[in-house]
Amino acid sequence: MSWSSLIPATSFMPIQATEIAKEVDLLYAFLIIASLVSFVILVGGMTWFLIKFKRTSLDQKSAYITHNNFAEFLWSFIPLIIMMGIFYWGMVIFEKLRTPPEDIAAEIHVTAEQWAWTYRYANGKEFYSSANDPMIVPAGKATKLVLTSKDVIHSFFVPAFRTKQDAVPGKLTQLWFEPKQPGEYIVFCTEYCGTKHSGMMIKIKAIPSEEYAAWYHAEKKGADSPADLGKTLFAQKACASCHSIDGSRIVGPTMKGLFGSGRKFADGSQTKADENYLRESILVSSAKIVEGYPPAMPVFQGQLSDEDVANLIEYIKSIK
Amino acid sequence: MSSAQTKTEHGHTDHNYLNHGSGIWSWMTTLDHKRIGLMYFATVSTLFLIGGFFALGIRLHLAKFGATPLLEPDTYNKFMTFHGAIMVFMVIIPGIPAFLGNFVLPIQLGAKDVAFPRLNLASYYIFIAGAAIAASSMIFNQVDTGWTFYTPYSTAKTSNGVILLVLGAFTMGFSSILTGLNFIVTTHKLRAPGMTMDRIPLMIWALYSTSIIQILATPILAITLLLIGAEKTLGVGIFDPDLGGDPVLFQHFFWFYSHPAVYIMILPAMGVISELITAFSKKTIFGYRAIAYSSVAIAAVSFLVWGHHMFVSGQSTLAGLVFSIITMFVGVPTAIKLFNWISTMYRGTVTFEAPMLFALGFMFLFTIGGLTGVFLASTGMDVHFHDTYFVVAHFHYVMVGGTLMALMGGIFYWFPKMFGKMTSDLGGRISWVLIFTGFNVTFFPQFVLGAMGMPRRYFDYLPEYTNLNQISTVGSWLIGLGFLVGLITIIHGILKGEKASDNPWGAKTLEWQTSSPPPHENFTTTPTVTAGPYDFR
Repeated sequence: MSWSSLIPATSFMPIQATEIAKEVDLLYAFLIIASLVSFVILVGGMTWFLIKFKRTSLDQKSAYITHNNFAEFLWSFIPLIIMMGIFYWGMVIFEKLRTPPEDIAAEIHVTAEQWAWTYRYANGKEFYSSANDPMIVPAGKATKLVLTSKDVIHSFFVPAFRTKQDAVPGKLTQLWFEPKQPGEYIVFCTEYCGTKHSGMMIKIKAIPSEEYAAWYHAEKKGADSPADLGKTLFAQKACASCHSIDGSRIVGPTMKGLFGSGRKFADGSQTKADENYLRESILVSSAKIVEGYPPAMPVFQGQLSDEDVANLIEYIKSIK
Repeated sequence: MSSAQTKTEHGHTDHNYLNHGSGIWSWMTTLDHKRIGLMYFATVSTLFLIGGFFALGIRLHLAKFGATPLLEPDTYNKFMTFHGAIMVFMVIIPGIPAFLGNFVLPIQLGAKDVAFPRLNLASYYIFIAGAAIAASSMIFNQVDTGWTFYTPYSTAKTSNGVILLVLGAFTMGFSSILTGLNFIVTTHKLRAPGMTMDRIPLMIWALYSTSIIQILATPILAITLLLIGAEKTLGVGIFDPDLGGDPVLFQHFFWFYSHPAVYIMILPAMGVISELITAFSKKTIFGYRAIAYSSVAIAAVSFLVWGHHMFVSGQSTLAGLVFSIITMFVGVPTAIKLFNWISTMYRGTVTFEAPMLFALGFMFLFTIGGLTGVFLASTGMDVHFHDTYFVVAHFHYVMVGGTLMALMGGIFYWFPKMFGKMTSDLGGRISWVLIFTGFNVTFFPQFVLGAMGMPRRYFDYLPEYTNLNQISTVGSWLIGLGFLVGLITIIHGILKGEKASDNPWGAKTLEWQTSSPPPHENFTTTPTVTAGPYDFR
């Protein structure tokens, strides 16, 4: 029970299925109160003046007041301070929404298309979305989604989790959540995507994490896992002739422990090796040249499908 | 002043701009800013009725009365696109500047006309040409992208009708730029003797700030729209990832124009409100400089906030935060304006004719629109609200509740000057009650729908959203009825209105110092200005 539950407007929000949802709703409750107070000051003040200073006779004179520096300073400065506070509060929540924890229990590749979602688990379990096949995730543990799209931009919105992320073609974006309780939660597409935009709904089903583990390992793998497929591709494309997997230095940087490590480039810039970095380096290797290595790698843009790239990334992630 | 004047027995000149030339040709070839303003009035009103028809269609469909949906999904998407594109590009953007601005700006400055009258007429025809091209997309190859034309949907996945709509918007952009240029030069070069920059009415400050945005931002839209056309016809591959492009780049380009465009819509409205509040409070405006400079400040900041439309687009967290903090700055000059208007009423003598009711309606609705904007500017909050009905409600409160309320107020305020006749005050008040009530009934429930999670641009929705959607639809009928009453009141005023005096409201700005309607060149003798614009001493 917190003070925010006293604000009736918060009852319109969907159920709070994550810890972050509670935090978002607290900010929401504050914004409602701050808005009501501001509204009463502005519209209430206006109404009061309208009643008090209504003209009653034709020869009535108005006061001659042109400005008041002190009042004008106050009503510029006080809103500024409040706005900065709201910015900071929103920032704290935004950082949490955007930063997945280190400890991820399930990672699912989600591909959007007109008008469906496909989700693929690390062991190769794959589902083409329909109401019958909810996205199964563990309750009480963090799930990370890696999103992309086959055609136009879509957006993955889970009202109960207060989170949302666009799925952009040609790019990987990510989203994470940790449902507190087992349950079913609706997912909408919120980026307009054509005829059946409003029909593009799936459900996330959070189940107890032991059950999840059993479910995850139970059935025979539908296909090879993405990492396995990536390993095959790695061999086919002869990547190993330049990139070692045991940490030794050959023509290009080793793949061992690459994912998540810091990279320094020939032009002096730096980044952390995440999915988008790997994707770019595979497709257009010349975009970022690691310091101390020659720009020798061929361009694979147009030769690898999005799925191939995703598989390769999964394989590289598995080379610890 | 050379035009021959004949005085009637009532002391009015019967030679005015309306009868300066006669016949349709004299209107079509007129260089008089007042006539051009009225031509925009007729054009924009017609387009508004068409855009309103689509709005009512959308709402009727979403009421889900009966078992079968009113519209097919594709038809619904087209209705939604036409409603947005018409209302934004052809009604709200040109509404106040091109119509009221054209009519009022030169008279308020004590000028005979705008600086470039021929260019002004050309702007009008360019607007007509653009609107015609855009309208042809409604007939051939209908468009279903939404008014934002997001790629790659617009370039790779829908009909070529997009090219026509985009070309129409591109063409209308020239009209917008030329009008803005005309206003800036007029403001700098044609002010009456004695009218220094700190004596120009606040309407002019608002139009001036708007013009700066129009000149600087519209070319970006033009280039972006051309790139869409090039992508679709030539496959140049700037936005389509299949061709190696970046779809999010389009959003950067698009909002770099379209966010400032929001202020092209609202700044002139604020100018109108400044005029109305002071005239109907019979009191000098409070904080003239603060209001004037806050217009310029809003115009400046408007260029730095476009990324707040893209918090969940995949742009970096840091970019999101930078755009969020800059967006918060917009709240300050906006608050300054609201406080100044309210202070203007303090110890004034306030009357409540129809234009003032619309001004008060503006303040009420704009306050709600502005405060809910803070919710959306806050990153952590916006992630939930982004692309839901909360956004729909917010921008309708700002753009419709703000701009259209001001436009209606402005029409009833300047009507006596335009036509030399009065509108029925009762008609104006009834129109106001219906629009104001209907507006809140329509859009307030949408804040709740958004909080509940209902996404925008949805043809269909979950059962729990039904009640609020039905309330919203009923509200839309009240708005429609309100505008119908407004239209009847205006037409009745033109045909049968009582004769207006030169200054029926007792206002102080220059347009009220000439006859109603004004002569062809606005003043029989050039006025000399000796004090500020609102000197109610």
